[in-house]
Order: sequence, then structure tokens, then C-alpha cells
Amino acid sequence: MSLNTESKLEKILKAGHLGVTSECGPPRGSDPEGIKEKGKLIKDYVDAVNVTDNQTAMTRMSSLAACIHLKLMGVEPVLQMVTRDRNRIALQSDILGAASFDINNMLCLSGDHQSFGDCAQGQNVHDLDSMQLVQTVRHMRDEGKFLGGDDIKRPPKMFVGAAANPFADPFEIRVPRLAKKIACGAEFIQTQCIYNLDKFEEWMKRVEERGLHEKTFIMAGMTPMKSVGMAKYMKNRVPGMDVPDAIIDRLAGVPKEKQAQEGIDICVEAIQRLKEVKGVSGFHIMAIEWEEKVPEIVERSGLYPRPEV
Amino acid sequence: MIIAEKKPIEEIIEEIKDFQRILILGCNECVTVCEAGGKKEVEILASALRMYFINKGNEKKIDEKTLERQCDHEYLEEIRENIDDYDAIVSLACGVGVQFAAEKYLTTPLVPGVNTVCLGANEDRGLWTERCQACGSCVLAKTGGICPVSRCAKRVLNGPCGGSTNGKCELGKDVDCAWQLIIDRLRALGKLDDYEKVAPIKDWSTDRAGGPRTVTREDVKI
Amino acid sequence: MRLKCPTDFRIIRLPCTGKVDIIHILRSFEKGADGVFVVGCMEGDCHFDQGNFRARKKVEQAAKILDQIGVGGERVRMYNLSAGEGPLFAEYAIEMDKLIRELGPSPLKIAKNKKANAA
Repeated sequence: MSLNTESKLEKILKAGHLGVTSECGPPRGSDPEGIKEKGKLIKDYVDAVNVTDNQTAMTRMSSLAACIHLKLMGVEPVLQMVTRDRNRIALQSDILGAASFDINNMLCLSGDHQSFGDCAQGQNVHDLDSMQLVQTVRHMRDEGKFLGGDDIKRPPKMFVGAAANPFADPFEIRVPRLAKKIACGAEFIQTQCIYNLDKFEEWMKRVEERGLHEKTFIMAGMTPMKSVGMAKYMKNRVPGMDVPDAIIDRLAGVPKEKQAQEGIDICVEAIQRLKEVKGVSGFHIMAIEWEEKVPEIVERSGLYPRPEV
Repeated sequence: MIIAEKKPIEEIIEEIKDFQRILILGCNECVTVCEAGGKKEVEILASALRMYFINKGNEKKIDEKTLERQCDHEYLEEIRENIDDYDAIVSLACGVGVQFAAEKYLTTPLVPGVNTVCLGANEDRGLWTERCQACGSCVLAKTGGICPVSRCAKRVLNGPCGGSTNGKCELGKDVDCAWQLIIDRLRALGKLDDYEKVAPIKDWSTDRAGGPRTVTREDVKI
Repeated sequence: MRLKCPTDFRIIRLPCTGKVDIIHILRSFEKGADGVFVVGCMEGDCHFDQGNFRARKKVEQAAKILDQIGVGGERVRMYNLSAGEGPLFAEYAIEMDKLIRELGPSPLKIAKNKKANAA
């Protein structure tokens, strides 16, 4: 497959390897050491690191700045960009800014509603939606033009991704929605955290039936549970999350001090099962504020060492 | 219609406490239908304010009037004769009416008596819900007659987002997911295939973002 | 049937308590009443289906306004009884009379008197 960008992630996926990405949340302050520390921990175990964009609508250091810190220390970042906070001018401008540092990956999202964050009274922008942002990045890269039609000098070379949630409602629209994102130009997909493996496999089957797995790289989202409390929270409070009772029961079945390890085990077992599922091109391991566990998960899942490209 | 809700009486008291002669001015249109600023609400507010100020030992002249509309010159002219009898007007019209009156009567302070909420429908007794944000370029033909601009908290034109759960928005169980409604309607219309047509980037210049909007009709101008 | 009943209130007859509006209650106070009670049919027995439920809502809203303006929402009450319950009506009237006497004259009257005396 021909390469569209300099992205390491693109090279690995197109070479037929299972890709591995992880995620870092920028700090709620201006000290860059935390993000660098996280980068250092997982650098050799993943192909690229997503940097979240004010996730859950909590104000944080900008995703772009944090990406630059990672890039400068040799970590491949995936710039996450939400349409909640910026209009089409700011979005295009930040895409160019990222490209100027040779940041080669982007994930286009709409973002959690601001009412969940620390600025519940704020405006939201949503000038574009996530699909239209995918289209915009592809337009800038492939046509070399701004949305307004003018030429871009040195167009941004971005490998463009989008999110998919196989579990949100209505289920029947989940595959058509993926098709729509692919039609807009999403080259890779990172899914919502998967706990209900049966339902995910059902979704993948429908994806495969439409041949969508051949048009994009689907990376399965994995988040290890730290405790039974976290599992219950995810099940009951996080919209669009599907946590089967079996997971909660299993975590509840071990003593508190062993729940974290049990959570890692569940995650590793899930990866091992999903590695065999047709159409799964890799894993997106979101160890929320638990980045130090990523190496263990990657190693135990048989995804280490990472391929050189 | 335009949906408004009554302002808390404390807020109105605070705004008018230094005036002596006050006219409570209602509107016979939308705010009457949504029971926020019609003749009845004018009577109640005026009576309550009169009693409040008597109680405070500061009796005021508080009169009542309700116009056919406050967004039309001809009806607003009806109070011109008496305008100087008042130190202030509390208008129970929507924001349009308040402003139009303010523009017309330059030296009379105008106090809004309602909060203008949205363009909506009377869904049930005591329940008014938003249906339109007047974005200026209607997409309803493409979305099964359900508006993603006014009814999706993210205005997502290619939805639903990942937060849609059991037909409800991620904001909470009380909020319908507009895109679930759209999908249900498309299915009922046998047009579910249309779902995969990508909605193009929207021209928001006809929306609030494009500045104050006007409609000019040469064909009806005299 | 002769019933002992307070005589210091005026009865305003309505075809149904559903006709009661907030403004009627407020005006009563503006015109000098110290209290208002609305007597409707038993809930569920309204000839017009929901008239007495509407009345209850109106009474609640009026009480809220009376609280906000310092007159006191406790001066207005809703009672329900059936048409045959004359003694109960008298009982409610006695109860209301007692309540208002405990509360004393409406603050509006006091404020007006104060002003008149000062003048």
C-alpha cells in the first residue's frame, strides 16, 4: 500500500503489523515534565501516543503543545482535536501548526459536552462536526487547499483518524456511521473502550460484511480497570460505555489490593482474544492516569517488541 | 412561537425600585400563549408589585396594559399618548418587543419582565420545548424533519455522537438524542439509506454568527 | 340545620373552583382581605374533571407570590369537601378564621395604617 504521509503509525499499519497506540492526557498546568515522563515510560512499547484535547471538557494544557513536547523527544504523537472549542479557522490553523512540527497523525472528534467539564457555562463551537473535520484535514492534505479554496504552501501531511463507538445507541446505525466516517476520509479508527467482547465481535462481523475493514485500520480501544469501583462508574456513569456484569463480578471477586492486577489480566486476555478477530488492525491502549502499566500490557499481550519501520 | 419564562419577581423589584410611576406592558402574542407575558400575567405581576411596595411603605403607581403585539409599530403607538405618565415600563414581551419599545420611546427606561428562551412548541400542558434556532438555512428536508441544530447539544450534522444511549443524549436521561429521533423518522419514512449521505459543512453565515439578520422584500415594500 | 360559622368572610360563588385565578386571590388581598380560602369539591369528583386540581395549583402559585411580596403564603388555603358536607364547611371556616386571627391583620393593612397615621 502506498504511503500518504511520513506517519510511523501509517507505515506500521500498512506493513501489515498490528499497531499499538496509547494515550496521554496533558497536565492541568504549564509544567511539561509530566507529559515527558509519561512519554518516556511508554515510548518503546507503542507506535504512537494520542494526546487528548481537553478531555471531558476539563481545561488542560493544549493538545498541540503537549504533542510538540513528545515529538521533540522522539515520540510519535497523535494530535487529538475536538470541534467543541474551535471554529474552522482555528482548526485549520492548528493543523498547520502541528504539521510545521511534522506531527503526522490526527484524531478528529466532536468532544464531550462542556457541561461535563470545569466550564459548564462556556459556549461550544461545533462549527464543524467530527466527520467534517476529517474531510477538512483530508482536503487540506490531498487537495493542498484551505476550506476557503486558496492553496496551502506545504500542505499538512496528516494520517487522519476518527473514533468509533461500537456500543452506543442505536446499534443498527453503528456500522453505517463507521462507513460514513470512512467515506469522509478516516484512514484509521480508534474505538471506544471495549469490555463487551461479544458485542464488539458482532459489530466487527457487520463491518467485515461491508468490507469496511479493508478501507480503514480499526484499532480496538482497551482500558484496564483499576478497581471494581471504576468498573461500576464506567458502566453506570459514562455515556456510550458497555461494561458487562461479568467484568464487575470478576473484579469484585478478588480482594481490593488485587483488583488492579485483575484489571490488567482482563485487559491482556481481551487483547489476546481480539488479536484473532478479522479486521482488527491494532490496539489503542488507554490506561487512564496509569501509563506505567502500558509496557506490561503490551508485553504480556505479545505485542512487544514493536516493529521497526 | 417564541417561548419565554417569567423573571423572578425579586429581579424585577430590584430594577424598578427607584421609579414611582410604572407601566406593566404585556403582549398578546407568543408570550400570552406560553403564559409568561399576556394580560393575565400583567395583572398578577402588577398586583403583586403594588402590594409589595405598599408593604414596604413605598406605594407606587403601577398600571397595566397589554398590546396586541410589541413587535409592530402600530400597536406600540397606542401607548405614545400616555408614555410621559410613566417613569419606566416593565415589558413582558419577548426580547424583540422590549427592544422595539425601547427604540421607540427613547427616554423611557424599559425593564424586561421575562427571559426569552427559545423558539419552541407547547409540547404538553406546562411544557414548552425548543424546535428551532433560526439558523437561517433549514436542513430539515435532509434530517427527517427533526432539527439537529436546535435539538442536538453539539449541533452535530452527522450524528449521533458516541454519547447517545437508549435514545437519550449524553447530557442526561431527560434529553432526547436528536439523532435517534432523526434515525427513527428516516426509518419510518423508508429513507434510512439517506443516513449515509454526509451532510456538508454548513454555511453558518445565515446564523447568529453572521451578524444581525434582516429580511428585505422589495416585492412587499411600498 | 343551623351551623355556627364565622361571619367575617365574604363568600364568592363560582360555578367551579377551576374558575379561580391567581389574580382573584391577589386582588382580594389588595382590596383588604386578611386571608382567602378556596373550597372545592373532593379531588376526583370534579364535574369538569380537573377544576379543583387547577384551583389547587392556582392557590399554590398565589401562596408563592404572597410569600415573595411579604404578605405571607400561609394566608391562602385550599379545602375540599362534597356538596352535602355543610358542617365540614363550617369547620373549615372556623379553622381558617382561627388561623387568620393568629396571623393577625394582613401586613398590607398595617403598612397602609402606618402611612395614614404618619400623614
